[in-house]
Amino acid sequence: MSRELEVTAVGPQALVVDRGRPGWAHIGVPSAGALDGPAHALAQRLVGNGPDDAGLEVLLGGLAVRVSAAATVALTGPPGGLRIRRAAGGERTAPSHQPVHVAAGDEVVVPSPTSGLRGYLAVGGGIAVDPVLGSRSADTLSGLGPAPLEVGTRLPLGPPTTIPPVGTGALGVSAAPDAVTVRVHLGPRPDWVDDAAGRLRAGTWTVAPTGDRVGVRLEGPALERAADRRGEELRSEGLVGGAVQVPPDGQPVVFLADHPTTGGYPVVGVVDPGELAVFAQLRPGSSVRFSPVATPAPDA
Amino acid sequence: MDVRPVGPEALVVDLDGLDQVAVAGAALREALDRGELPGVVDVVPAARTVLVTAPGAREALRAVRALLDGVDLTATPDRGAAGTVELPVHYDGEDLELVARDAGWSTADVVAAHTGAELTVAFGGFAPGFAYLTGLPEALHQPRLDTPRPRIPAGAVGVAGEFGGVYPRTSPGGWRLIGRLAQDAPTLFDPDRDPPALLVPGTTVRFRDAG
Repeated sequence: MSRELEVTAVGPQALVVDRGRPGWAHIGVPSAGALDGPAHALAQRLVGNGPDDAGLEVLLGGLAVRVSAAATVALTGPPGGLRIRRAAGGERTAPSHQPVHVAAGDEVVVPSPTSGLRGYLAVGGGIAVDPVLGSRSADTLSGLGPAPLEVGTRLPLGPPTTIPPVGTGALGVSAAPDAVTVRVHLGPRPDWVDDAAGRLRAGTWTVAPTGDRVGVRLEGPALERAADRRGEELRSEGLVGGAVQVPPDGQPVVFLADHPTTGGYPVVGVVDPGELAVFAQLRPGSSVRFSPVATPAPDA
Repeated sequence: MDVRPVGPEALVVDLDGLDQVAVAGAALREALDRGELPGVVDVVPAARTVLVTAPGAREALRAVRALLDGVDLTATPDRGAAGTVELPVHYDGEDLELVARDAGWSTADVVAAHTGAELTVAFGGFAPGFAYLTGLPEALHQPRLDTPRPRIPAGAVGVAGEFGGVYPRTSPGGWRLIGRLAQDAPTLFDPDRDPPALLVPGTTVRFRDAG
C-alpha cells in the first residue's frame, strides 16, 4: 500500500505548506509558504525531513489524519500535544515538539492549542503532492497549490528519510504571546503618514478578528495621512511580507505570506524579517506595539 | 531615480515614468537571469517603481544599487523583444456602454480603438498572469468602478486608469469591463508552462474583434 495520509477531520483550516514559492512576484504569484517559518522548519527537522519538505499548517487544531504506514510525526507551534487513536484500539497522548512514532492505520489528532493559532505537523518523508512553480504550498490568495484539506483528502507521502531527527528532547516551549513589541524598519513611504516614527512608537494596536494568511489588520490609533499627501493616490507598487500598509482609514495592516504582490496604499515600514513569524500566532485581541528603526537602503 | 529601503532585505526605486520602469526593470531582470545578482529573489516592476528583494541577503542589494547607477534611464525601452500576442475578444462587457459614454464615443468606436491600439505589457501583478497593458488612447483612460465587483469571470477584458488588462482567472476587481476573451484565446497563465505567464513585460498585445 502506498504511503499516504487520509484526512478524517478538519478544523477551521488545514493547508499543505513548505517554504513557499518565492521569485514569481513579477507575474502576480504570492510567495505563500508556512506563516510561522521557524515552527515549520523545526517540525521538518524533528522527523528527519529536509528544509524543503512539505508539512501541514493547522489553524486552531481540529485536524485528524490516518497514516497508511508506520511513520514518524511531529507537531510544533504553540505548546500542546497530539492524540493518537491506535489502529489496534485505544488512544494515547504524545507531546508536541518531539518525534512521535505511529503505526500503520493510526489516526493522528491535532487538538486546538491553548495559546497561539497555528500548529505545524510534519510527517517523515514529507507531503509529496506535485509542486506548482517549485512549491507544494497552498496559496489562499491565488488558489495555486493544493486545495485546503477536507475530510477524505488523501495526501501522498515521500519515502522515509534516513536523516536522523534533530533537536529531540532539548526544547523548552513557551506559550505563544498575547502582547508583542516588534521592530519595524521605516520605509519606503513613511512620509505619507504624519510623524510615522513617533506614532508607530507611541501607539498600541489590537489584532482584529479578520486576519488571515494575507495579512493581520490592527485596530488602534489611526496613522493619519500627512497634510501634504491628503487626497493623493499612491500608484500600485511591489509589496513584501511584513509590510505595514496604511489604508485611508489609518488602521495598519501587516502583510503575511499570501499577500498580493502589489498594492496601492502607502507602506510606512516593514516588520523585521526575524520577528514576522509571531504574527502567525497572534490571536485576535492580542496587543502589538512597534519599535521603529531607520534602516537605510545599502549603498552601492 | 530615488532608492528607498523596504525593510532590511529589499529596496524600491522611484522612477519618472513607465519607460524608465521598463528600462530599469529589464536591466535588473536580465542581470538576474544571467546569474549576476546572487541573493536577489524578486524584481517587481510597477507603474513608477521597481521593487527588488533579497531575503536573507542584504549585501546583494549593493550589487543592485551599483547596477542601477550604471543604467541609462534615458534609453528607449526595447519594446517588442518579448514577442507579440493576439487576443480575440467578444466585445459585450457589462461596462461597454459606460466606457463609450465617458469617452464620448459609440460602442463601435470603443471596439475600433481597442482593437486598433498596439499595447505593451508594462508589468504584472494583482493575480497570477495578470498584466498591465499600456498604449490605450486617452479616451479609454477611465477611472475604476466606485464599487469593485466581488466576482469577475476569467477572461474579462477591462480598462482602468492608464492601463488595459485581462483577468486570467475569476477574481474580485474594479476595472471597467468591455469584453471577454473568445474560446480560442491562448491561456494567460499555466503554472506547468515555461514561462507560466503569457504576457511578460515588453510583450506586444493586440486585441481582435471575435464578433
